[in-house]
Amino acid sequence: MGLLSKKDSKLIFDPLADNNPITIQVLGICSALAITAQLKPSIVMALSVIFVLGMGNVVISLMRNIIPSKIRIIVQLIVVATLVIIVDLVLKAFAYELSKELSVFIGLIITNCIIMGRFEAFALGNGPWRSFLDGVGNALGYGIILIIVGFFRELLGSGTLFGFKVLGDSVEKTGLYALGYENNGFMVLPPMALIVVGIIIWVQRSRNKELIEEL
Amino acid sequence: MALKETLHNLKEKYKGQKMAPAFNAIHTFLYAPNETTHGGTHIKGADDLKRTMNTVIMALVPCLIFGIFNAGYQHNIAIGEGVAAAGDFFSTAFWNWDNLVFGAWKVLPLVAVSYIVGLTVEFIFAVIKGHEVEEGYLVTGMLVPLIVPVDIPLWMLSVAVVFGVVIGKEVFGGTGMNILNPALTIRAFLFFAYPTWMSGDKVWVAGAQERASQIASGLELDSISGETILGTLAQNKTVSYDLWDMFLGFIPGSVGETSTILILIGGLFLVFTKIGSWRIMLSAVIGALVMGMMFNGVVDAGWIDSSSKFYSLMSTPFWVHLIIGGLAFGIVYMATDPVTASQTNRGKWIYGFLIGFISVLIRVFNPAYPEGVFLAILLMNVFAPTIDHYVIQANIKRRMNRLKVKNA
Repeated sequence: MGLLSKKDSKLIFDPLADNNPITIQVLGICSALAITAQLKPSIVMALSVIFVLGMGNVVISLMRNIIPSKIRIIVQLIVVATLVIIVDLVLKAFAYELSKELSVFIGLIITNCIIMGRFEAFALGNGPWRSFLDGVGNALGYGIILIIVGFFRELLGSGTLFGFKVLGDSVEKTGLYALGYENNGFMVLPPMALIVVGIIIWVQRSRNKELIEEL
Repeated sequence: MALKETLHNLKEKYKGQKMAPAFNAIHTFLYAPNETTHGGTHIKGADDLKRTMNTVIMALVPCLIFGIFNAGYQHNIAIGEGVAAAGDFFSTAFWNWDNLVFGAWKVLPLVAVSYIVGLTVEFIFAVIKGHEVEEGYLVTGMLVPLIVPVDIPLWMLSVAVVFGVVIGKEVFGGTGMNILNPALTIRAFLFFAYPTWMSGDKVWVAGAQERASQIASGLELDSISGETILGTLAQNKTVSYDLWDMFLGFIPGSVGETSTILILIGGLFLVFTKIGSWRIMLSAVIGALVMGMMFNGVVDAGWIDSSSKFYSLMSTPFWVHLIIGGLAFGIVYMATDPVTASQTNRGKWIYGFLIGFISVLIRVFNPAYPEGVFLAILLMNVFAPTIDHYVIQANIKRRMNRLKVKNA
């Protein structure tokens, strides 16, 4: 890779699978359950977190030598809050319907433990470029899981993808519905997101036995 | 005999190979293995897991047969075929074979699908994990068709069974390790995934859905409506069945849970064979009665009147709660599941009491879920280990105190 050294590319690609913030560190579960009933909000959420975490890591990294360690949590919170408000306002301005759908959960990115976790664990001790890669990598890892969960929940729960009726029309009884298929209402409920995340963790661990913790 | 030897030889042939558990399972399912243990003396109880499971299945058979009859009976009554009323036991119209034949046509596929799908999943997991096939599904497979509406589409049942067995049981490590009762997990999945097929007035009588769509397409037919008693009460309507119908089971409902008397007989059988815990059954009944009495008391005290939407269910005499809906079935066959219930004796009293108590509570206060039994049992399944923990801690504390007094 020309652009990224081996060490740097590890920062991006590790969190995608073997050190995924959701399936390995089990962080950021709350929003993964709340907004993944459909694919579109999942993707918007993923993009928002990529922006917030990437930018946030850079900002914190730049300030890391001037933040007094006693008040660093407050400083971090202010940085996240600022970035989240930017995202929120941009969504309200350009995608109002979507921002209504995501409602409070964009604001709740502030409390997403992945973000504070990366600030604390990485940005406070590394330079801006590496912090940026780390932030984007972790947010991508988070986003991938969100998109996978959102894909299955929208497909099986509503029979659509991005709102397109890929399985046929459930009211007009076309496509699969003509055969008697029905949408799975459980998929739309948040508990099912937890189970889907659980299944992803299960699949991941049975493919890569090294991830299984020793008892 | 030849079959036994063939199976034995097959088992020997595949010993140590990937498919070994599957052949072993078929062999031990049909016959007692003809090898003896080597080295050391073993005393083996006759009541192994398989026999325990078979006892429960025997206790379920009356409910199944009656469920088959009732499925046909409710259908024939609804479409107005010549069937005598429930009380008329001695009329020949009552005992005609149409009921059983139609019911069998409807119910046996449910049983078959439940077993085939469930056992397939069990076999796959046994082969993957390389252990013997577990007997746990034998009872679950029989319970499942008894707790679903008769008209449930078979593919929905299959999906739910796969979900229930994999997520409810296998991910925790298989039979004996599950937190939730697999049969109720399956029912809960169906309830939340396909609510239109699990509640309302069109699913409890065979053919009602079909009839509704025929009418919608323009045919001139009487619609079939089979509301359960709980559903009727939840809407503050009057119930058209008398108490004997409810007790004997000639009412619409899930396949096997309508007949309280047969459940009672099955329950006594389970208590007598010491398979089911009488503590859980008794305390659950007490819990339901206490909650029912409290609601009756509220009505008697005049705190609510007939304009309240809870009035019908609250003013139902407290003991009637035991003979309507799935409460009796849940208490006898589900709450007593030895894996998911409390293990300690005192814990069983608390566990059972809360099941009865919460069931009636959900029934009355949540019109969206007229049947709260399965939710109450699942909830208490989750709390059973906690109850056990505190019972054991209390016991340890008590005995420590006794020790202190003695030493002082």
